Amino acid sequence: MASRLTTSNRAGWTFALPGFSLIALFIILPFFFAFGLSLTNQRLVSPNPTQYVGLDNYRELLDLGVITLEPERDEAGALLRDDDGNLEYPRVREITRSDDYPQYSGMREWFRWHSGDIAKVVVASDVVFMKSVVNTLAFVVVVAPVQAAFALLLALLINQRLRGINLFRTIYFMPVVVSIVVVSLLWRFIYSGNDGLLNNLLGAMTFGAWQPIDWLGNTDTALGSIMAMSIWQAVGFHMVIWLAGLQTISPTLYEVAKIEGASKWQTFRYVTWPGLRNTAVLILIVITMQAFAVFAQIDVMTGGGPLDSTQTLVFQAVERGYGKQDISGGATISVILFLLVLSISLVQRYLTRERR
Amino acid sequence: MAHVSLKGVCKSFGRTEVIKGVDIEIEDGEFVVFVGPSGCGKSTLLRMIAGLEDITAGTLEIAGKVVNDVPPKDRGIAMVFQTYAIFPHMTVRENVAFGLTINGVPKAEKAEKVAEAARILQMEHLLDRRPSELSGGQRQRVAIGRAIVRDPAVFLFDEPLSNLDAALRMDMRLEIGKLHQDLGATMVYVTHDQVEAMTLADKIVVLKDGEVMQVGSPMELYHHPANLFVAGFLGAPSMNFISVETQAVSDGRARVTNAALDPIEVSTTGRDIQTGSKAILGVRPQYLVPSATPSEGMLHGNVLLTERLGAETVVEVGLKDGTRVIAALGEDRVLEPGIEIGLGFDPAQAHLFAEA
Ligand SMILES: Nc1ncnc2c1ncn2[C@@H]1O[C@H](COP(=O)(O)OP(=O)(O)O)[C@@H](O)[C@H]1O
Ligand SMILES: [Mg+2]
Repeated sequence: MASRLTTSNRAGWTFALPGFSLIALFIILPFFFAFGLSLTNQRLVSPNPTQYVGLDNYRELLDLGVITLEPERDEAGALLRDDDGNLEYPRVREITRSDDYPQYSGMREWFRWHSGDIAKVVVASDVVFMKSVVNTLAFVVVVAPVQAAFALLLALLINQRLRGINLFRTIYFMPVVVSIVVVSLLWRFIYSGNDGLLNNLLGAMTFGAWQPIDWLGNTDTALGSIMAMSIWQAVGFHMVIWLAGLQTISPTLYEVAKIEGASKWQTFRYVTWPGLRNTAVLILIVITMQAFAVFAQIDVMTGGGPLDSTQTLVFQAVERGYGKQDISGGATISVILFLLVLSISLVQRYLTRERR
Repeated sequence: MAHVSLKGVCKSFGRTEVIKGVDIEIEDGEFVVFVGPSGCGKSTLLRMIAGLEDITAGTLEIAGKVVNDVPPKDRGIAMVFQTYAIFPHMTVRENVAFGLTINGVPKAEKAEKVAEAARILQMEHLLDRRPSELSGGQRQRVAIGRAIVRDPAVFLFDEPLSNLDAALRMDMRLEIGKLHQDLGATMVYVTHDQVEAMTLADKIVVLKDGEVMQVGSPMELYHHPANLFVAGFLGAPSMNFISVETQAVSDGRARVTNAALDPIEVSTTGRDIQTGSKAILGVRPQYLVPSATPSEGMLHGNVLLTERLGAETVVEVGLKDGTRVIAALGEDRVLEPGIEIGLGFDPAQAHLFAEA
């Protein structure tokens, strides 16, 4: 008995070995490698020896400060105003470059707000990184719920027994099997400011009243455009997961609802949605993780621009590690991203835990 | 008055005809059991009464009103399913109150009705549990509770006990019988189990391949089966059938015999049997009496197998013409395999059927 157990175990391990070693080689090892790199000043190619720098890389990315600026006054104490009538403030550069304020040295203005006459300026040692954090979070906050909701809607629609329903299933799923790079290239044409499909479409629908927009070249619309395209691209994938969840719900429960005369909405509320609980948790976590990893769209469509309005964490990690050859900086960003995703996933797990 | 009447009811799924013109009258307050082998269309028939399946042809009346096109909730029915169909995410209380919740019944009235149903089913102590904490029998009780609070004119049961183990099945069977007495409602009960049919029914409808074989009280069907199918289906062990030749027919009686059977006279009432034709003689195992000497009795053969159950002995006998028959004796008796044996019976308890 015991010998049979060990031999079958050995066979099991043998089967698991290829997959397991690949995972170890390409996922587990690089993760620890990245963590190690983030504590050094390693560059991709460098004549200088690598040095241990502790948490310097993290400090360089994460350091923040708030500077309070008093408006400028003339000798009489009256407030100075520029030609437009706005208050004048000292230049932030005079503080961040001054030796009197070593804590702000090397930082740049991220954003500012006013309270009364006083201006509060938030300075960061790495403004681009900060923008990429904000953009990534915005991307997740918009894409995760919207994509999940659309995917559920589609799943509900195609979960009906209608003639030709398979055609729709195929159509909705198609973008998923096309490479994201190809999809991104296509959408660059769609979003094009000159003669893009979207502008043409809007023009036709408004009988020419529409003023063409360069969707990806405009700081106000670039990130939103990428979000819309990303939602469209992966919605089919999550639709299939929802569909699998829908089909685990016993048809008899729907018959019970029918006998009681439940409306469509009541049926969804009391039968469908509770039956999808586990699927919903899965989808929420998967979409969140995928959204945090947004890269290819950015790389192909905007390269982080215009004016850093579409910078994201993974794009920054790659850009730094390989574009700027600052491999330790890139590694640091990926470790930060990992911790961010991990903590959010843990929070999600906790919030969606089975309550008794 | 909840009289249910089916007239020429047919059902087809695509090209396959599943119910082939069924006429059934169910009186108010009656307990009617549809019984038949698996796949004969019992569930389909019940689901048509419930309104879960369209009626292809014919009319269905409930309480004097044609309800072919009335939605399930307005038919005054409640249904209990084999798989319980209770909602796993709701407590017992919420499950029982489901229909009331859907229909926006005020809280106080809801609580009162749930309490009443719980009292009838003696499950007050279960109300705050979740289905996962209940046994199969308790779950089915919850489903019955949900049916009771609807206060239906007609209860529909689709094999409610088939998922329960044997001991529990008997308890629940008694309870459903009692429920019928207490509520006095019309009940239609589907089962493939003839014991349930015999014990519960006021009236049994035997179905085969979508057609009604016979309708009548349990004892009517047991003692006067209309055909071979009904004779073989009801009673355990099932009736013995022996091919015989008809020597003479007169005055509603026929003289029959075969290689293993001494000529006897049996009634032919209602059967189309001619002199010289082949016929089938049916005798229930309980009416076969083995005699000590092989030459006695009317049937002659050898013992093949004896099963001693204590209070009962089941003997399989190979007759001289090759037929195997079963005799069930109401006592413990040792009959060695191989010995010659004679089996006697009262011709009044024998049935003669025309060759199928
Ligand atoms: N939705 C359906 N589509 C096609 N055939 C069906 C459907 N439902 C039942 N049938 C067929 O109808 C016949 C009767 O089914 P059913 O009423 O469930 O039998 P029973 O309950 O007596 O076991 C079976 O042959 C079954 O295959
Ligand atoms: Mg059935």
